[in-house]
Amino acid sequence: MTRDRQTTEPSPRGYTPEGLEDAFSAGQPPADGSGPRGAGAAPQLPSLGVVGWLRWAWRQLTSMRVALLLLMLLAVAAVPGTVFPQRAQDPDKVATYLSDHPDLGPLLDRLGFFGVYSSVWFSAIYLLLFVSLVGCILPRSRTHLRAMRGRPPRAPRRFDRFPAQASAELDGTPEEVAGRAAAALGGPRWWRRFRVDVRDEGRGVWSVAAERGYLRETGNLVFHLALVGLLVSVATGQLLHYRGQAIIVEGRAFANTQSDYDSFESGSGFSASSLEPFAMRLDSFESSFDPDTLQSRDFTAHVTITEPGSEGVQQRIKVNHPLDVAGAKVYLQGNGYAPQVTVRDPDGAVTFSGAVPFLPQDTVYTSQGVIKVPDVTSGPQIGLQGVLLPTAQQVADGIYRSVDPQPTDPLLALAVWTGDLGLDDGVPQNVYQLDETGLTQSLDDEGLPVTLYLRPGDTVDLPDGLGTLTFDALPRFVALDLRHDPSLAWVLTFALLAFAGLATSLFVPRRRVWLRLRPAGDEGPGSGRTVVTAAALARGDDVGLQAELDRAMDRLRGADVDGPTGRTGR
Amino acid sequence: MAIGDISTLLVWGAATAFTIALIAYTSALARLAEATSTEHRAERAARVAAAKQARAAARETVGAGGPSGLVVPADVDAEDADVAPRSGRIDDAEPERPMTAPSATTGIARTTTYLGILLLGAGIVLRGVAAGRWPTANMYEFTLVGTFVAAVVLAVVQRKRVIPFLGVIVMGIGVLALALGLLVFYVQADAVQPALQSYWLIIHVGVAITATGIFTVAFATAVLQVLQDGRETGRSHLDHPWRSADGLRRSLARWRVTGPAWSWLRTVPSARRLEALSFRLNAIGFVLWTFTLIGGAIWAEHAWGRYWGWDPKEVGTFVAWVVYAAYLHARTTRGWAGRKAAYFVYVGYAVVLANFTVVNLFVTGKHSYSGL
Repeated sequence: MTRDRQTTEPSPRGYTPEGLEDAFSAGQPPADGSGPRGAGAAPQLPSLGVVGWLRWAWRQLTSMRVALLLLMLLAVAAVPGTVFPQRAQDPDKVATYLSDHPDLGPLLDRLGFFGVYSSVWFSAIYLLLFVSLVGCILPRSRTHLRAMRGRPPRAPRRFDRFPAQASAELDGTPEEVAGRAAAALGGPRWWRRFRVDVRDEGRGVWSVAAERGYLRETGNLVFHLALVGLLVSVATGQLLHYRGQAIIVEGRAFANTQSDYDSFESGSGFSASSLEPFAMRLDSFESSFDPDTLQSRDFTAHVTITEPGSEGVQQRIKVNHPLDVAGAKVYLQGNGYAPQVTVRDPDGAVTFSGAVPFLPQDTVYTSQGVIKVPDVTSGPQIGLQGVLLPTAQQVADGIYRSVDPQPTDPLLALAVWTGDLGLDDGVPQNVYQLDETGLTQSLDDEGLPVTLYLRPGDTVDLPDGLGTLTFDALPRFVALDLRHDPSLAWVLTFALLAFAGLATSLFVPRRRVWLRLRPAGDEGPGSGRTVVTAAALARGDDVGLQAELDRAMDRLRGADVDGPTGRTGR
Repeated sequence: MAIGDISTLLVWGAATAFTIALIAYTSALARLAEATSTEHRAERAARVAAAKQARAAARETVGAGGPSGLVVPADVDAEDADVAPRSGRIDDAEPERPMTAPSATTGIARTTTYLGILLLGAGIVLRGVAAGRWPTANMYEFTLVGTFVAAVVLAVVQRKRVIPFLGVIVMGIGVLALALGLLVFYVQADAVQPALQSYWLIIHVGVAITATGIFTVAFATAVLQVLQDGRETGRSHLDHPWRSADGLRRSLARWRVTGPAWSWLRTVPSARRLEALSFRLNAIGFVLWTFTLIGGAIWAEHAWGRYWGWDPKEVGTFVAWVVYAAYLHARTTRGWAGRKAAYFVYVGYAVVLANFTVVNLFVTGKHSYSGL
């Protein structure tokens, strides 16, 4: 442990974190030179018992050096999250990585490299950092509160080593000049510039101590405390939030219940009963694309929201403009096409009818999807797997591609599978994929896979006498994110507080000005003239310090314009 | 001619102006180095001569081998006047001299910097007009605006006194950035996808680029600060033997910061004042960077439905923020102030640059707006 002035002597200025270099708080002029300073005394072994060790450990944890170390560790520890795929962002990529790296993958997984930001080590670093911060900031806040109530530190005996100095000879006794100086430094009552303290130093000598910029330390403390508030708010939000994804096809509705979501996750403090009951119907969806580059330009979903006991309200959801509904926000996260198809068995009875979302794979909305027909009256179950091309262009015989994301000439191309879809064994299935284990693909006479091509309105025969398939229409679907996080307002408040505190702590100058007023000449206090010497000190390097002192002297000189001046500056 | 093409021409013009400025700054620095090193050698030679004379005089009076009452500086004994003092500060012998570099070259440098700023500013405005939106939506536009801000900050810092070294570094980075922008990052001016259609494109992205520009000048200042600190404190790794690799050191020895090659450092402000400048710039940059994080979180909340999602770009911005926060702590920590704190500026700036280039080009994430 390196001991320094602050720890070995009970400092009259109050708490200072171990290792903080602060000539301002110490009330000393800054040391010369810019190299490493004050290495401290030799290490000392504390033989203090358990309490002593704990105190030592606490002192270390709240020291500047450890805070610095933890900050650096935090920066380093955050990096792997961009190098390795993360479960929270992209679970598929993690699975791919694990299968590509069978040796290294599981080890990295155990060490938490696929969930860096919730890993033990990352949490340990930031929690320690916050403990260090609190342990440092709370005592500093107490000290600062005391300083704000107390008097500015008294004038040091010698002024000659301070970075800004000035002197003058003025009319009036030292006591009168001290009064004038206090008024000049203090400024008007409604805009106090300096807090001023006038002292009688005896033998006719008076001194004025003034300090401004307490807001700088206030800002510093507010910034750090707001960070704690931010952490607590974020954690509370994690506990109480819910987030669900739902896909809604044009003309269909969605009810805000957990079962209506395609996926749903919530914090441990969330209860399903807190879902506000409302229904949302997708009336229509509009999209526009750049005609040349085919890049997306606008997406708008028109919905009707119905809350219990009230009429439906028409609303609009756009990217960047989420919709507020019953304390939740609804985001437009994706869109695509959901071909409306009908499957009939050989007798003409409908075995499936509905709009099936096909997921777009590229910028021209080449979309993949699966139509599962489990409820057949007789024979095997049917799975139709294929692609939807919104604007199909034939490239070669039997080969099509999409050339436009808008549905100017839609084409549905499907392969047919029959057998057991595997839906009855209770294992959840991906609705966009076909589990081919219990299925066989239908082949034509030449032994090649059958592909059905349909345009809207077409009806084709399914192979092997399975019945018919009709492509009725091509409605659009939207993928919506519904999210509720009660902590949002708090997160924003603390973030803005932290920002304001930071700007204040970096840009408000903290300055001290001291004046010493001695009777001029040898005649003693009766001469009616006063020699003023002044010094100023700032926290950190402050280019405006000498100017501040000069302004103060000018104001003081105001009444005594012809007084000789002799300012010395550095 | 389309407005977008005029914009591109103006940017080429700005790149040319900045290249001339870079050459002018370099030439000013070279002249300064030559003048001061000649001076340095002349002074040293004079001191060596004076000391030899004094020693000879002492020998005459005291007699050979007798204890000399005169203390002769150790380095003067060396035959090679290039060998610098082993330790100790070069301070009293070398007061800071606000010597101005040859006025013609610095004048050209300053004028071409201003000209480049005007051309680039016009190019950026026309780019926005051509695209029909605020011009901060892809890497090419980031590069233009970032270079513009860095050049403006450089011009402000140098308004009273030209420090050619800062000009060389900032203009070097600026020319490189514009060249990369024009040759690699360039995309046609166009409207943007729905996720970018927000006023936050102006606030969040604009502030982030401004911070990057300011960090660039702060970085240059920190480099100069460390060099100046090395000279002031007589610290040079090239002064001490490198054991087995000492041959290599000898060949590099003329570049030691304490030697005549760096004598021009006596014409730049002290390390302490450079540190103060670097801190002021970094403090402004850090506050803007903080705003970038907060504004980005608000925008992400609107556009993506979460304020923070550990997207690669978010992580990079966070890491840079933490590094600059560490810098602010380091400069008030005993034993870390000054030179060591400046190393944090290097790391922070490297992270900012990596966050702009590597994350945009090679990492997939939600911030994939490079347009490439």
